[in-house]
Amino acid sequence: MSAQGVGPVVVSARALTQVYGAGETQVRALDGVDVDLRLGELVAVMGPSGSGKSTLLHLLGGLASPTSGTVTVSGDDLASLGRAGRARVRRRRVGYVFQDLNLIPLLTAVENVALPLELDGVRPGTARRQAGEALAAMGIEDLAHRFPAQMSGGQQQRVAIARSLVGPRRVVLADEPTGALDSATGEDVLRVLRARIDAGAAGMIVTHDTRLAAWADRVVFLRDGRVVDTTVVPGPETLLGSRAAR
Amino acid sequence: MSVKHALLAVLTVEPAGAYRLREQFERRTGGTWPLNMGQVATTLDRLVRDGLVELADGEGEVQRYSLSAAGRVALEGWWSHPVDRSVAAREELAMKLAMAVTVPGVDIARMVQAQRSETVRSMQAMTRLKSDVPDDDLAWGLLLDHMIFAAEAEVRWLDHVESRVARASAAQGAAEVGKAGRVSSVAANGSAK
Repeated sequence: MSAQGVGPVVVSARALTQVYGAGETQVRALDGVDVDLRLGELVAVMGPSGSGKSTLLHLLGGLASPTSGTVTVSGDDLASLGRAGRARVRRRRVGYVFQDLNLIPLLTAVENVALPLELDGVRPGTARRQAGEALAAMGIEDLAHRFPAQMSGGQQQRVAIARSLVGPRRVVLADEPTGALDSATGEDVLRVLRARIDAGAAGMIVTHDTRLAAWADRVVFLRDGRVVDTTVVPGPETLLGSRAAR
Repeated sequence: MSVKHALLAVLTVEPAGAYRLREQFERRTGGTWPLNMGQVATTLDRLVRDGLVELADGEGEVQRYSLSAAGRVALEGWWSHPVDRSVAAREELAMKLAMAVTVPGVDIARMVQAQRSETVRSMQAMTRLKSDVPDDDLAWGLLLDHMIFAAEAEVRWLDHVESRVARASAAQGAAEVGKAGRVSSVAANGSAK
């Protein structure tokens, strides 16, 4: 687990603002948010309900368009790409993981993971091979031929993470990815996600769970649509003295 | 932290001198509770005085200590009784918050967020340490878990403080508005019924 290998910015938001409704019922879900996500980096977003966490994630992945401000993915401004271009970004560069309902029940793990590649026109054989590699990167290649109902919740979320980072995808956006799991299983999922990111990906998770957020390199605190603070992981030697320095 | 009982626990493994005891104590607690030799010596004197520790054969000039039968009983008692948590109420953060909500002009929200960030930052550091703990070092992993869970509880408490303070100030604001406009508010309530 290390932030030392942090690389170039892969997702960037500037002055991101999202307004819902109009007049007296107008809500500023996001209000001028700047945030960067770099390769090799895990960022956690925390804040009370309604602070704009999920809205931020949707805008960064091109699932919605902001009222104003810009989102760039690997240098491409999402607004300039158009609807088809944004869909291509979602297929090739950015994957999502949600709290549940992540996998298609009638497909095996490897078929679920291969699906975004096949939708993108990759040949089935190549897609299966890359899906197998993505499962192996999460340490679950032995689950390849199981259906979701034959896996535990933690295993299903690992498959979902494998799918989010399959093929050329290097960015995973996760909204409460461990919300449906017990504490220890949730931590296991974060541990493998962390390792996967250290090995060459980037991730942003929205979570209410401080212990899971603590796996991140940075924690961004949102309140009323604005970033109120950001923590960066300190060096362990500053915290725990001799044992940490060993 | 009961240094007395922790030293008794170390002595269950083998008789040891003061330096060895301190080294073992710090190794087992991950260096998070530094002890000075003065503390160790004073604690050992008291343990000998109370019959919980006995003088054992030395190694050269080093005085070694061993656990007595009474010491074993005392240690069993430590294992079997929960730790008194009443000291928590005297912690600095709780005291600081208690002062902050009772004196005027303190920006509680800012103070709470600053503390939350600090606590999360320490959780990040501890989690980073935990990710490097070898599987066979269960004690160190559990000790880090203890600190992480305690820090998490603090963050949850800060969330609670924030919402309690927000609700209290909203109620206070409403009360002040109420005092100024009681007649109109009563009229409004009446018309709403």
